Amino acid sequence: MSAMTESLVTTPEFTEVERAVINRLQTGLPLVHSPYAAVANELGMAEEAVLNTLQDLLDRRIFTRFGPMFHAGEMGGGLTLAAMRIPEQDFDSITAKVNAFEEVAHNYRREHELNMWFVLATEAPDDIARVIAAIESATGYPVYNMPKEEEFHVHLHFPV
Amino acid sequence: MFISTSRSDHSYVLCSLDRKLILATQSGLPLVPDPWGALGEELGLPADEILARFQRMQTAGVIRRVAAVPDHYRLGYRFNGMTVWDVRDDAITDMGRQVGELPFVSHCYRRPRHLPYWNYNLFAMVHGTSREEVEDKASQIHDLLGDTCEGHTILFSSAILKKTGLRLRKS
Repeated sequence: MSAMTESLVTTPEFTEVERAVINRLQTGLPLVHSPYAAVANELGMAEEAVLNTLQDLLDRRIFTRFGPMFHAGEMGGGLTLAAMRIPEQDFDSITAKVNAFEEVAHNYRREHELNMWFVLATEAPDDIARVIAAIESATGYPVYNMPKEEEFHVHLHFPV
Repeated sequence: MFISTSRSDHSYVLCSLDRKLILATQSGLPLVPDPWGALGEELGLPADEILARFQRMQTAGVIRRVAAVPDHYRLGYRFNGMTVWDVRDDAITDMGRQVGELPFVSHCYRRPRHLPYWNYNLFAMVHGTSREEVEDKASQIHDLLGDTCEGHTILFSSAILKKTGLRLRKS
């Protein structure tokens, strides 16, 4: 990750404590008794400081969530990436309609003719087709389904 | 209900208690010194049982890890480019592995083309603090792909419209 780290001179200001907590908690919490105390011990901080910093990062939406990250495939569910092409004047109203589906886990606007990209996660693999059909009928626009056919790498970590 | 059609050979079957645990924590793990005890109280189970179930689910891969999900924009990674490539089918598996190994690629997948409209079959996510940085990394991918690649583009994200993570229905 050295290329990323180098270029981070323009990162938002974080205190040393925040930096330590941000970097450490993106990797897994140890599954032990008093896990926050274990992390605090690793970082040479008080447990209370770890908990308070974590709560503050969540309140400020620097972290969007702290908890178990589920693997939909391993849970036997369906997972796919899908894209739509939405005219500018309809973008906000279609966004609301698409986001209203609880199966839509992430949704990004992107600079391309296909300007809406979202991840669908369902409890059963067969549900994907049904949800896509429901989104098409709710919005009136086609959905391009792009499920992964091969996974080469997943490693999401943003050092600050 | 969960149907075991996952990619792994030894699919873990969630029991109703695992399901309750997932429902209780999908918006977050309790931020208290003893989160397992807090969950145990909620579900009427001993803390040890809760912890053991989490360990089991993580070993089975149902849970990748218990961790923070950052808003990468707010961490300064304001530019995320989904780089997409039209790679020859006979080269895709080999090239996909090589692209996936680049240190700045966070996700790398082969996905289906939608011809004639969408001819890109390799997706590599690249994050950076500037557009130029993402473009520079994309050109490194281009060099690596060489003549196995017949076209590419970068889809920069301009807004997060939703980010809730994977959820189970509360049914």
